[in-house]
Amino acid sequence: MKFAVLVFPGSNCDRDMYFAVKDSLGEEAELVWYQDDVDLTDYDALLLPGGFSYGDYLRSGAIASTSGILRQIIKAADEGKPVLGVCNGFQVLLEAGLLPGAMLPNRDLKFMCHFEELVVENNQSMFTRQYAPNERISLPIAHGDGNYFCDEATYERLQANQQIAFTYAANPNGSVGDIAGILNEQGNVLGMMPHPERAVEQLLGNEDGLRLFQSIVTYWRDHYAINA
Amino acid sequence: MHKVKVYITLKEGVLDPQGKAVQNSLHALEYDNVADVRVGKYMEVLLNDEGNLDAQVDEMCDRLLANPVIEDYSYMIEEVS
Repeated sequence: MKFAVLVFPGSNCDRDMYFAVKDSLGEEAELVWYQDDVDLTDYDALLLPGGFSYGDYLRSGAIASTSGILRQIIKAADEGKPVLGVCNGFQVLLEAGLLPGAMLPNRDLKFMCHFEELVVENNQSMFTRQYAPNERISLPIAHGDGNYFCDEATYERLQANQQIAFTYAANPNGSVGDIAGILNEQGNVLGMMPHPERAVEQLLGNEDGLRLFQSIVTYWRDHYAINA
Repeated sequence: MHKVKVYITLKEGVLDPQGKAVQNSLHALEYDNVADVRVGKYMEVLLNDEGNLDAQVDEMCDRLLANPVIEDYSYMIEEVS
């Protein structure tokens, strides 16, 4: 399986994501600069890494969401390809309208960088099928604008469609409904503030994040790679 | 040519932790009558006169300058020489 890691000016978790896929997961990965003349249909899954694209100018993720490569990402998402946005990647997906809601500064205005306990709310998605229902996992967070906001009607829709993938066991940032990660309606786009790519081997603390990437691979093999 | 003065404010009901911090600081400076502070953004956009400027500015605000999920916007358009 071939993963593209999209790199924007100011991305800084792109290499973590790249090595998580290449070394820990053992699949193909390529770093793709946002201005490169690439055809994203050559990749089986798209990863939008964390960082501070364009220095968070205007709003986190807002400027990157207008770049030309987003049109290809939106097309891939519409076609059902797995698209994962972590941290700033999540913010880009929100600003691009691929996921509902918006990010606000953390409730306490602090940049937070530590492990958080998460609850796997939906273990049926292509990103979470390797987790047990309501499993508690621990992943690092590292964000200043991770306070997820949406109106009540949107929150009810997220709940009704099982679009809430992860919640925080002890909400660190003020997010609506303790939300840490959400899926789109089709279930092939996941945005999350915690960093699974930073928890892929014991040396990094734990391997809880690795199963997210393994979920994508097993899903893909089940659906597309008949001969694999 | 026209200058557009765009004001972006957080929607009512959206918490503004930055505004709260500023409010607390004003209280620390003993401005006890400060009841609330909301922090927003102000932008100036210079536009060449082509087509319907109001419609263009509305679209720019909806698509990029403001995030309609959390923000409201208003603007004034002034003629400049």
